[in-house]
Amino acid sequence: MAPLLQVDNISVSFDGFKAINKLSFEIGETELRAIIGPNGAGKTTFMDIVTGLTRPDSGDVRWLGTNISLLKQSESQIAQLGIGRKFQKPTTFEAQTVYENLLMSLANNRNPFAVLAYRRSPRDEDRIDGIARQINLAESLDQFAGELSHGQKQWLEIGMLLAQDPKLLLVDEPAAGMTASERDVTVALLKELAQIRSVVVVEHDMEFIRELDCRVTVLHEGAVIAEGSMDFVTANQQVIDVYLGR
Amino acid sequence: MSKLFQETVLVQYLFRNPSILIFLGTLAGVCLAVTILGEGFGLGLISTSFIKTLGKTLCLCIIAIAMDLVWGFCGILSLGHFAFFALGGYMIGMWMMFARTKIIVIEAAKNNVLPPTPAEISEAVGTQIFGVVGGAEIPMVWAFADSLWAQIAFIVLVPGLLAYLFGWLAFRSRVNGVYLSILTQAMTLALSLYLLQNDSGFRGNNGLSGLQNVPGLDDVPQSILSITFFLVSGLALATTYLMAAAVVGSKLGNIIRGIRDNEARVRFLGYNVESYKLFIFVLTAMVAAVAGALYYPQAGIINPTELAPIASIYLAVWVAIGGRGRIYGAVIGAAFVSLLSSYFTSGQAPDIPLGFATIIWTDWWLILLGFSFVVVTIYAPQGLGGFIEKLARQEKG
Repeated sequence: MAPLLQVDNISVSFDGFKAINKLSFEIGETELRAIIGPNGAGKTTFMDIVTGLTRPDSGDVRWLGTNISLLKQSESQIAQLGIGRKFQKPTTFEAQTVYENLLMSLANNRNPFAVLAYRRSPRDEDRIDGIARQINLAESLDQFAGELSHGQKQWLEIGMLLAQDPKLLLVDEPAAGMTASERDVTVALLKELAQIRSVVVVEHDMEFIRELDCRVTVLHEGAVIAEGSMDFVTANQQVIDVYLGR
Repeated sequence: MSKLFQETVLVQYLFRNPSILIFLGTLAGVCLAVTILGEGFGLGLISTSFIKTLGKTLCLCIIAIAMDLVWGFCGILSLGHFAFFALGGYMIGMWMMFARTKIIVIEAAKNNVLPPTPAEISEAVGTQIFGVVGGAEIPMVWAFADSLWAQIAFIVLVPGLLAYLFGWLAFRSRVNGVYLSILTQAMTLALSLYLLQNDSGFRGNNGLSGLQNVPGLDDVPQSILSITFFLVSGLALATTYLMAAAVVGSKLGNIIRGIRDNEARVRFLGYNVESYKLFIFVLTAMVAAVAGALYYPQAGIINPTELAPIASIYLAVWVAIGGRGRIYGAVIGAAFVSLLSSYFTSGQAPDIPLGFATIIWTDWWLILLGFSFVVVTIYAPQGLGGFIEKLARQEKG
């Protein structure tokens, strides 16, 4: 598996607190990866750094598709490179319809003038229909996103990420607040997504990660303490001490 | 053939958007009624001064649409759009004042034995216009004042450039929310103080006057000029409305509403939020400037007090009362509140004696306006527009 994203020895501290401490790892192409760790382990900070929200004090994050450093790119440029992010709280545009949410996300020219002159094309309509079916919202295209259930909003946000057509998807706690059946659908969806792109899932829920059945990276105090299969990392003494034991 | 096709597309567009059709129909009806009832071309039942008030109101509706685009749709509470409005007024006012003074100077020199040289004309014009601030030279900024077309271009170019520079600096530094509002107020105040200085070349606190007289049209009575300006303002309002509806209805409209509701999310979709804000800020500054360029010839005078920070705050109040995020709401708010305001502040409203005190409306109007603003904000956050929509929904179901 050729590496897609390389996190190289990054550190960042907030007011003296080291949120990330010499963190290094790689994500491969079309890899499904789970990142776990106790609160304050640096999971969300890691995502903030990759998506350009936070700048690390030292180290580098390289996007290997075009071999450039992400640290010099703005949030929108990083998104255009092909990194999509799903937030912990579902963040859709609630005052707009499901259709409009997906339309905005579609991978098209992002220049304001091009967007102003944009006309709907059959190709885009097909793409939106396809994604809506994939996220079980084909019947709800004309509904306002604010009217959807919590689980549906999570799916819509995943659909918006799909429409962006990213090479790497960062997903923050996708199963939070979902019912059991919604969770099963989400597991299947994430697995399907990882067929043609890399997906990184940050999650607390051990059962959920076990179902994902993928390589797991355990963070603690801003650094990797174990990496491997679920069975491998849960057998690690340090992991048991800092995370599972509690 | 292609024109026919375009017409059909426009007609189809209007029928798909009935609110635009209703708005344009109402506006056309008002314009027609005023023309028939007014002086100038019609029966003379509406006085020329009231036609000017109505024409000015239409211009205020245009800037209210601009405010609604930038605030109601894009979430940028700009408290500086009246600066662009006034700048537009200054740009057209410079030509009007210069060209008219020049005509008067040439007229006066007619009986001289020798025809005046261009230098003499220029000096006489300079003395006429700038004598009041103790100067006779024509300042650099008036270099193109003799050319109507140059000044018309400046109406959009100067405020557009100012908005671009300001917006580029502010948005790039991610200045948001109330901080941005304060910054726009500072910009307005700074510009007002600059124009107030005698040596900045804009006649200081005298401003530009006599703008109700159009150069070269001295023989045309004010009644005809007023109704013409009124109708041109109406046409400009219709055009602005269609333009705003097209912007809001496009995919760009989705993006700017997204920026209003969740800016960070739009960024993570790969959109450069700053350039969208800049686009809307500059576009609305230009619209505001065009409105100002139509307004001040009807007002007759423009001076730096027009850029007082409070003017831009009133603008926000109109849009809030009319209903943010709906274009017709902005128009209703601006028309309703500004007409009411001119009724109360002109002394036409009868005083109310309460025994222990008398309500004198010229003083109490601001209190009433402030109170209504509070009431609207708390009880009808969607404004008058939201109220109308609620009634329409109840009618249906």
